[in-house]
Amino acid sequence: MALLNVTNLSISFGGLRAVDDFNMTIEKGELYGLIGPNGAGKTTVFNLLTGVYKPNEGIIKLDDEDITRKNTIEINHAGIARTFQNIRLFKQMSVIDNVKVGLSERFKYSTLEGILHVGRYRKVEKQMDDEAMRLLKVFDLDGERETLASNLPYGKQRKLEIARAMATDPKLLLLDEPAAGMNPNETKELMETIALVRKEFDMTILLIEHDMKLVSGICEKLTVLNFGKVLCQGETKEVLSNPEVIKAYLGG
Amino acid sequence: MRIDKKTKDNLITYGIVVAAFLLIQVLASTGHLSSHMKGLLVPMTYYAIIAVALNLCVGILGELSIGHCGFMCIGAFTSAFFSKLTEETLPGGLRFFLAFVIGIGFAALFGFLIGIPVLRLKGDYLAIVTLAFGEIIKNVLNAFYIGYDSKGFHFSMKSQMDLGLEPDGDTVINGAMGIMGTPHDAGFTVGIIVLLISLMVVLNLINSRDGRAIMAIRDNYIAAEASGINVTRYKMMAFTISAAIAGAAGVIYSHNITTLTASSQYFGYNASIMILVYVVLGGIGNIRGSVIAACILYLLPELLRGLNKYRMLIYSIVLIVMMIVNWSPKVIEWRKRTFGNLGIKKKI
Repeated sequence: MALLNVTNLSISFGGLRAVDDFNMTIEKGELYGLIGPNGAGKTTVFNLLTGVYKPNEGIIKLDDEDITRKNTIEINHAGIARTFQNIRLFKQMSVIDNVKVGLSERFKYSTLEGILHVGRYRKVEKQMDDEAMRLLKVFDLDGERETLASNLPYGKQRKLEIARAMATDPKLLLLDEPAAGMNPNETKELMETIALVRKEFDMTILLIEHDMKLVSGICEKLTVLNFGKVLCQGETKEVLSNPEVIKAYLGG
Repeated sequence: MRIDKKTKDNLITYGIVVAAFLLIQVLASTGHLSSHMKGLLVPMTYYAIIAVALNLCVGILGELSIGHCGFMCIGAFTSAFFSKLTEETLPGGLRFFLAFVIGIGFAALFGFLIGIPVLRLKGDYLAIVTLAFGEIIKNVLNAFYIGYDSKGFHFSMKSQMDLGLEPDGDTVINGAMGIMGTPHDAGFTVGIIVLLISLMVVLNLINSRDGRAIMAIRDNYIAAEASGINVTRYKMMAFTISAAIAGAAGVIYSHNITTLTASSQYFGYNASIMILVYVVLGGIGNIRGSVIAACILYLLPELLRGLNKYRMLIYSIVLIVMMIVNWSPKVIEWRKRTFGNLGIKKKI
């Protein structure tokens, strides 16, 4: 059974059909790439999947649960976590607190216990600390737990954003241009991180990316968008050798 | 037990307050404090309390409110109303405790109600609307007439005569004349205790999952939503708690003076902006800084009374110097170099 099933998804902004009759199926454990020229509607698809925009038509099913009309918060609780094209960290908070924000819907105590520091507070905070440190170790950020997020170097900020998304224990992870603005070394490291996340957490990942080295290196399947419509869909190799894809996007 | 850095920081904050309290007590008992100075102590505590409340709203939640004196006003009037009614029937301690609970309860209620429309706005718009609500609260209270006699309560918004009280009836709230003769239940010690409680509530909140959610919303609400944080709920929570603490400051205020009036001097937007000045100069998001700034900036103009003409000149120079010391990157760098990491201002 597919983990994510999107059928006939469409949205218009005024007269512009930004996403038109979009279909996609992602199986559990897959690493799926969404590519296409600038303005093709890739990020709009992400925003539809995470409830930032509500579609005009279509159905989105996660694990057979209809999440089409739900809001961002409910969709996160249902199991989709994302990162952003322009990094959105909690800049004035420490690295570990960023991750603990992601954890806060999984480890709970009441507001009163939080204000008085009694009851479950100490135990649950300890659990959160341990869990956060476990995550930070995976992303090799455990040495910087008290650093302010804004003081991290760029590559690590990207990693922290993924760590924060993973903290919500998602079924599906959406990465919006994770390699944007990275040099070849950082990109290579990022590819390793993504591979590690898959292995460590058995995660299903959908990513938007322009870096073809990254896409052809790690994605198993691809969907190519052009002017809001699906141009081509399938195994990475086949898609990248498709003449229409070469003409519309890859060039040459 | 291992004490982490945040706990240590908080303990230092409580320690400063307690040490200041003891110092002042010693000075007072050895007769080193003039009666003028003694009169300034309680206002100092309630300004520190409301600065802490406002910093929760401005520094932790990240929403600029300039109507917090409105919540203080509500806390002051509801608690004074209660104390006045039960002055003869309840013993002092219990009466003040109940008045305190009622004061913060009503302030929290109004914080919640006003928060519903206000927190839909952002930035400057939010500031303007909070300012308006603060003024509305003050002006409406100025038109309230409540009295009681053998037939029960009478209410009017026109004049005292319209209450139609029996000859032996008693006017509790007399319009712009306010509430007369509230019992003096809140002294310096009570003020310090309430300040410590407020500090504990805010500092503990910051180090809990609710506090982190609130700061996450401040830093990036889109990412907070995508992390499953219920933005509306946590904004309301922070705003309501902030209003409640402002109400607590109001309770202290009203139980320290003889005649409580909803005057512009104490509850108008000028007062709200003055408290915002305390918060900004103490460091936005820095709770300890708010307390220190509130105490210094409240006492300073009073202590400078002797200098008469130059008073406001010196006051404004101090404001400018504090602003530079706390905010200029070059000065912060220099401060760190010279004093190591003693850092007066630390972002939480």
